[in-house]
Amino acid sequence: MTAVLEIEGLQKSYRSRRRGTRNALDGFDMRVEAGQVHGFLGPNGSGKTTTLRTLLGLIRPDGGRMRLLGHEVPADLSAVAGQVGAIVESPQFFPHFTARDTLSLLATAGQVRSTRIDEVLELVGLRDRSRERVKTYSLGMKQRLAVASALLKEPRLLILDEPANGLDPGGIREMRTLVRNLAEAGTTVLLSSHILAEIQLICDSVTIISLGRRVAFGPVEKVLATHSAGTVRVRLEVVADLPAASEALTRAGFRVTREPDHLLLAGVEQAAMVTRLLAGQGLYVSELVWVEADLESVFLELTATAPAPGQSRQVDQSARPTPVGQGSTGGWGA
Amino acid sequence: MSLYRAELRRLVLRRLTRWATVLGLAVLATVAVGVFLSNQKIDDAAWAKAEVAAEQDWQQQVRQTEEFRAECEQAAAQGDQSDRFPPDCSHISPPPPDAFPAEQYLPSTFEFRASFGQTLTAVGAILALVGFVVGSSFVGAEWNTGGMMTMLLWRPKRVTVLLTKLAALLTGLLALAVTTMLLWFGSFWLIATTRGSTEGMTAGAWQSFALTGLRGTVLALVAAALGFGLASLGRHTAMALGGAVGVTVVGQFGLGVLLSLTGAKFIGAWMLPTYVQAWVEKEVVLRDFQVCRVSPYGCEPETLTLTWQHSSGLLVAGLVLVLGGACWAMRRRDIS
Repeated sequence: MTAVLEIEGLQKSYRSRRRGTRNALDGFDMRVEAGQVHGFLGPNGSGKTTTLRTLLGLIRPDGGRMRLLGHEVPADLSAVAGQVGAIVESPQFFPHFTARDTLSLLATAGQVRSTRIDEVLELVGLRDRSRERVKTYSLGMKQRLAVASALLKEPRLLILDEPANGLDPGGIREMRTLVRNLAEAGTTVLLSSHILAEIQLICDSVTIISLGRRVAFGPVEKVLATHSAGTVRVRLEVVADLPAASEALTRAGFRVTREPDHLLLAGVEQAAMVTRLLAGQGLYVSELVWVEADLESVFLELTATAPAPGQSRQVDQSARPTPVGQGSTGGWGA
Repeated sequence: MSLYRAELRRLVLRRLTRWATVLGLAVLATVAVGVFLSNQKIDDAAWAKAEVAAEQDWQQQVRQTEEFRAECEQAAAQGDQSDRFPPDCSHISPPPPDAFPAEQYLPSTFEFRASFGQTLTAVGAILALVGFVVGSSFVGAEWNTGGMMTMLLWRPKRVTVLLTKLAALLTGLLALAVTTMLLWFGSFWLIATTRGSTEGMTAGAWQSFALTGLRGTVLALVAAALGFGLASLGRHTAMALGGAVGVTVVGQFGLGVLLSLTGAKFIGAWMLPTYVQAWVEKEVVLRDFQVCRVSPYGCEPETLTLTWQHSSGLLVAGLVLVLGGACWAMRRRDIS
């Protein structure tokens, strides 16, 4: 398949006299194939928006290579900007302009035919409110307007950063349908979102980023299959024994997540090892089942951002991925 | 070209542009109406009325003088030695009729050649203020609302986008300034025709006024470009407006006080408004009364003449610094 977006070893650091150097992107790789809906996931502060801004020429990278639709960027960005529609972070518009004025100004600047304005307003459901000032719009309506502005160019690649932000349930479903329809019409969509169930539903492939590095990538099913293997749910006859069981299993090298009435164990090769170990401690299992993970649990495991009881996780507390060169697949994400 | 057209349309659509324009024009209209109402044409009847008033005042003065001399003579006869009267009462004489010229009793009239030039300074200043506010807000609001980022997603050539925006701003302001100047010339010609005089308007006088108007227009464009550049540097309208307030308060009032305390010569030479005035009015003569040059006419203060050429150097330096800095920052800094 042809790649429409390729990133290799992207680096970006922010230097501060007080806080020193922070690597927002630390050798990040990514590849998005043509015609796919690709999910781009990562905890807050992991480098998602920095990646998108760098790709779109808003931020100057410190190193690495990027290609969009076959052109090196940022050097050749002007050649492809007309074919890339994007929303980056929360949509912001002049509050006193109407939606129609806003789109019309963009259409004039981008030499887009004016009839396209009505088409995109219809697509995002703002046709009847298009002559109202943006300041009267709700967050969800602004989000729709942002999507409309990104669609105005009839892009080959559509980059949407949190497009469902502020949308009502109906709006989220409409957005899902819109994205699928666009993909079916040949538009490649790169979707960054924290609504993981949504990503799992509509994306063909995903890239997960943590602390500026890629921690997982590939088709959604493959990522789920790879990371759900070896996860079991354990219930005990006596719930009060859960802390003791958790301690014993952790000592034995299992990755344990404590829930109120059960434990989730990752990295289990044979279920019998668990039962044998617990029985040896006088702790008796009432249920032990293999769990098929969803994208959310895979994400939480890979980024190590699952909430722990009694602890408040800080923004930069995520999984430190394997350094470049040690197990990294490298290249254009291949 | 399409980007330029879009930016021009954005400028016209903006509420602040419309309000600042309306407000600036309202102030100028108020001045014109005030001048119209406070002046009147001098005809024969006005002259006759002025002559009667002058004669009446002279007669009254003569009467008062005669009464004063009578009091003086009476006091002298009674041996009054006070300082109320001069020693010789014959020195008290009434003023001549020439001391009460009828011209002084004429109502105010607008003489185009003598007075119009000063009004052009006011127009230039108001246009410059409008230009500065609109210019700074035009780009400052773009940064503030994320409009600049959106535009760069469409046209990723940063400096081209910034300069196209500036070109649209200057075009819009030029159209406003030229229209305002033409209206101003027309209005005051009408005022002079109906409420004053248009005598003495030679080709040279017209040329002088036209050049003053041109310098006023250039001043407005420079102010707009400076406001635009400062707001772009700070990525916020407040950077330009705050900078202007800062320069006024600290750089001008503060500096003025400091220079006064140190007894510096020609304090006006350190004040930006002096250069603005010199630019529009062609030159400004500063006088230092601390240093006297003795002449047959008494004390003559030392002078320093600042011309529009001095001012143009300052304006060009400011423009290069601010716009150059804005372009550099636009090219180098990340956009977030």
